[in-house]
Amino acid sequence: MIIEMNNISKVYQTGNVEFAALKEINLKLKRGDFVAIVGPSGSGKSTLMNLIGCLDLPTKGNYLLDGREVKHLSSNELAEVRNKKIGFVFQAFNLLPYATAFENVELPLLFAGVKSKNRKERVHEILEKVGLSDKMENKPTEMSGGEMQRVAIARAMANDPEIILADEPTGNLDSKSGAAIVDLFKELWKSGKTIIVITHDEKIAGQLPRIVKLKDGLIESNGYAN
Amino acid sequence: MRTALTMFGVFWGTCSIVLLFAFGKGITEQQIKDQKGMGDNIAIIWPGVTSMEFQGLPTGRRIRPTEDDVVLIKKKSSALSAISPEYRDGSVTIKFKKESRRRSLFGVWPEFGDMRNIIPDEGSRFINERDMAEKRRVVFIGNRLKEDIFGEEEAVGERVLIDNMPFTVIGVMKVKKQNSSYSGRDYRNAYIPSSTFQSMYSRRYVNNVVVQTKPEISMEVTKSQIFEIMGAKYKFDPTDRETLSIWDTTKGIAFLKDFFRAFRYFLIGIGIATLITGGIGVSNIMNIVLEERTKEIGIKMALGAKKGMILFQFIFETLIITGVGGVFGFLFAYGIVKAFPLLQLGDFVGTPSVDVWGSVMVIFVLGIVGLVAGYFPAKRAANLQPVQALKLF
Repeated sequence: MIIEMNNISKVYQTGNVEFAALKEINLKLKRGDFVAIVGPSGSGKSTLMNLIGCLDLPTKGNYLLDGREVKHLSSNELAEVRNKKIGFVFQAFNLLPYATAFENVELPLLFAGVKSKNRKERVHEILEKVGLSDKMENKPTEMSGGEMQRVAIARAMANDPEIILADEPTGNLDSKSGAAIVDLFKELWKSGKTIIVITHDEKIAGQLPRIVKLKDGLIESNGYAN
Repeated sequence: MRTALTMFGVFWGTCSIVLLFAFGKGITEQQIKDQKGMGDNIAIIWPGVTSMEFQGLPTGRRIRPTEDDVVLIKKKSSALSAISPEYRDGSVTIKFKKESRRRSLFGVWPEFGDMRNIIPDEGSRFINERDMAEKRRVVFIGNRLKEDIFGEEEAVGERVLIDNMPFTVIGVMKVKKQNSSYSGRDYRNAYIPSSTFQSMYSRRYVNNVVVQTKPEISMEVTKSQIFEIMGAKYKFDPTDRETLSIWDTTKGIAFLKDFFRAFRYFLIGIGIATLITGGIGVSNIMNIVLEERTKEIGIKMALGAKKGMILFQFIFETLIITGVGGVFGFLFAYGIVKAFPLLQLGDFVGTPSVDVWGSVMVIFVLGIVGLVAGYFPAKRAANLQPVQALKLF
């Protein structure tokens, strides 16, 4: 198991009001899984994603990532996990606006301490893979949504992580660009990555081999498609 | 934009502090220099009257130094670096061709010139030992007196009549600043060897004596020695300070130094306040920048930036902002200081000079302020969970 969550709860506190976004859920994902996480707004999808991606820590429960208990990791170890093991793709792209496509993709390599020459090679290689070798020196503002999301995916792949997490990656894209992104994920999956995608889109979810349905902070259904 | 404003703030702070100190120093030095125009470490001694009975002798005796006493003091006192008697005739006629003036004539020793900061102008000299020994009829004149009777003409080598006796002008005083005196400003006077003065006027007593102490010795020591020597000769109590009237000019300098030390502390206070204000400004801006850039920090953390990297980035940025602002502020102030003498604003303010150590201090303090100002916001940023920074919930 690459991801194993036992009795995970996440409670947000605003003043005196507590809100349980996740209620003691259990989830196991195998290496090479391609999972869609679906559910209505407020069902806890994003919270689950943030916990899986180590962007946040659970209030209660155990989370074993590749056999290691996440809550026992130091902040630097967590940073390393986010850097090397997980690649994040956000709905809002979250590219640095003042940096070029090249520089954005280079960031995780920079944080990993990769040497300048190797960084350059690697960035060229990935941007080519996502079909953006001609936009390397463009800033996000000079690109279309689909292009920005491809830069974000390239960035997520930079350190060749085992897991790719995508939070509504097609939410801000038209259907054609969205389809291209989904194809890109499929390709990555075929190369052996574990991919988890949050989506509203039934059509996209329907294409994936496994669907986890959330409702009110609980897992409603969890199964493989036939 | 905010960065530019912060940089300007630091720039302005550094600039004003460096200028503050530069001008403070300029004014201080100018004032002390003016005060020293009469001479460095000197005291002037006039006759006095005994106020204490001593060995059966009554009070009220006049004690008047003679040139022999001056020779005696010179021989016996270890604290002196120079001494000269000063004979004076307050009203002699000095005449060259048709121009004449009534002025003071002084009979002095060669040491007098150096002691009293009476420096010969180019091509001139002051009275020397041979003038003394041969009782030469030579005269050294103040620069104003020279202008009065010679105008633009060359004076050195010319003959003047002093009370109808011919004298050769050997020197003219170099222009100097003098803001205190006891018998007229030096630039109005004429000086001749004391031996020549005596051959003309045969005075029994000198008008006053000028002494200069060695720089490492206090004027008080010198005064005590003089009272001891004179007291032994004229039989008066050496602790009787009425017997000779002494003007210790070093006291004025000491007062001036104290005053300007206080002035300097005041400036330092203002400087520190300016720096603190600047530091608070920088810190505030960094906080705002941080808020603006929380998302960027979130992204970087999500991509695996470690706490230290985030911290480093912010501190580095703050240091760059304070550093660049500081260096430019310093250079700007330096430029103003260098350009200032071109304005020729007069003698009172003096020539400002950049205090190198002070500037190093300012830049150092700014660096510290920058570090502190950068550190706390950066630390706050680095302690956020990536999700909080990204505002994903």
